[in-house]
Amino acid sequence: MHSPAKRLYAIAKLSAGSAISVALTLLGLIFVTFAVGRLIPIDPVVAAIGEKAPQEAYDKMYRELGLDRPVYEQFSNYVGKVVHGDFGNSVFTGRPVLEDLASVFPATLELATIGILIGILVGVPLGVVAAANNGRWPDHVVRVLSLSGYSVPVFWLGIVLLLIFYGKLDWVAGPGRIDIAYDGLVDEWSGILAIDALRAGDMDVFRNALSHMILPATLLGLFSLAYISRMTRSFMLTQLNQEYITLARAKGTSERAVIWRHALKNARVQIITVCFLSYGFLLEGAVLTETVFSWPGLGLYMTNALFNADLNAVIGGTILIGAVFILLNALADVVYRFADPRTA
Amino acid sequence: MNTTFAEWLTTDRPASRAQARLVRLTLSFRTLLANRLALLGLAIVLALLVLALAGHWFVGSPTDQVLANRLLPPSAEHWFGTDELGRDILARIVHGSQITVRIVLMVSLIVGPFGLMVGMVAGYFGGAVDAILMRITDIFLSLPRLVLALAFVAALGTGINNAIIAIAVTSWPPYARLARAETLSIRNSDFVRMAQLQGASTLRILFNHIAPLCLASVVVRLTFDMSGTILTAAGLGFLGLGAQPPQPEWGLMVAAGRQYVLDQWWVATMPGIAIFIASLGFNLLGDGLRDVFDARSS
Repeated sequence: MHSPAKRLYAIAKLSAGSAISVALTLLGLIFVTFAVGRLIPIDPVVAAIGEKAPQEAYDKMYRELGLDRPVYEQFSNYVGKVVHGDFGNSVFTGRPVLEDLASVFPATLELATIGILIGILVGVPLGVVAAANNGRWPDHVVRVLSLSGYSVPVFWLGIVLLLIFYGKLDWVAGPGRIDIAYDGLVDEWSGILAIDALRAGDMDVFRNALSHMILPATLLGLFSLAYISRMTRSFMLTQLNQEYITLARAKGTSERAVIWRHALKNARVQIITVCFLSYGFLLEGAVLTETVFSWPGLGLYMTNALFNADLNAVIGGTILIGAVFILLNALADVVYRFADPRTA
Repeated sequence: MNTTFAEWLTTDRPASRAQARLVRLTLSFRTLLANRLALLGLAIVLALLVLALAGHWFVGSPTDQVLANRLLPPSAEHWFGTDELGRDILARIVHGSQITVRIVLMVSLIVGPFGLMVGMVAGYFGGAVDAILMRITDIFLSLPRLVLALAFVAALGTGINNAIIAIAVTSWPPYARLARAETLSIRNSDFVRMAQLQGASTLRILFNHIAPLCLASVVVRLTFDMSGTILTAAGLGFLGLGAQPPQPEWGLMVAAGRQYVLDQWWVATMPGIAIFIASLGFNLLGDGLRDVFDARSS
């Protein structure tokens, strides 16, 4: 197991294994969306040519849409299309769904990334402090905090935060991504407004973008914080019960060093894994958050599509979020296996 | 042999199977009572049940509109104020608890037995059956739940029943995982072997010998997940994809109050607090139950 060749072989085997499992899961996702498309009570032929079309036109379109083919053939065609990024056109915007997704996804990514940073920077220390004070008041405070985070409806908390910090205190900007006055002032480069503004050196736009972002990002951060702090606490407790910790204490290592240097160092792989998973949840949480804050991202795009019965757009969004989610899961798994020498 | 009832309930030498079960239940319950947060959770859950069962006798109609009383702030007459159609918010929240309880129960009744079946079959038979079932479970487990529920509702149409189906379809995998793990750990034990030798049918072994032992962990997990179910259902309602007006569903009420939030804060805030408390109750109770039943975590 210790020779480099063997280790390389093990890594290659693992990667191949996870690649196959990711491919299967993605196929499963595509199958589920395919099934959703079949469930819908709207006749796709009528949707394409209208109710008053003559029977011949109906039959022609029926064949053109491939509906006369066996289901497995329809499915394999569908997979082929999805793999090539062809999700069809959005009924609502009239553009290909892929283009729409590409234009709204950066806004969601921006929100989720700031959210996860808040979650990690606050959640990990909270979890460590809770574990170090197991059973005492800091532990209880963190427990209540994280259980509350699990329990609070995100859309409601968003409204309450808007009411307080925008409506009453006027500390932050309201819904949306940027004030209309600042819209389109900086060239699009990364698609992430704050970065684009910094690149252009326009501090006013930067401040405004930040002011719009801070509430929704904090909201998302709270949710990952609840999960991350809870898991960190449990990983740290496992470590703190190990014999090497007792040994370190017996040797006279300070408690601070025991916790932050010995235990946290050994729990870090698991914590990183949880952060990856949490990032996936945030993309999902963005659907509700974006609706509350009118944040022009993937979540808002999908809810609008739902109300316009724009099934192509809904399915495209589902596949995009699903695929990112699955890849993050796999990545968490791979990181876990590689970073921990016992499993590789 | 003069023993008090309390001693009989806590003996370490039960004389019958029924007594043994009661003893275990009593001891578990005592552990639970010692956990103050779990007790709070239990109180909230019981209160929610009472509210759903009996609450409607004490409040007015959830749909009576008195337009002259639009958007009144909380007062002695309307404790939680009135909404944009002059309906009493307290009455709507009380009636809405029925919807919440119904969704939670229905989802649990679908998801628990289904996950249990899949997991038991996979764990008991092993081999190819196990591989296929668990691969399907893993696929569903790694799909995003809320987004998938959205897609299902988009296809099935809005409404409470479709929301229940959508939530159920996306939330059974953890139970299959749990039941499989439990089944694997007991399928080769002596009492299962003995039942096999006595000629018990596979169904009998699964339902009479294995299922009871999987039940505890499944129920604990169900309690824990009920808060997630409440939040997802409320989220669907908020997006307008679950319950439909004029139903007093809590998420829907938050959505309706959203446009008045800057001037009439109570319309959106009150139902949100109800969602939060109900969800917190299940979380606290589930957390406590896990400490009781799962020795590994304590």
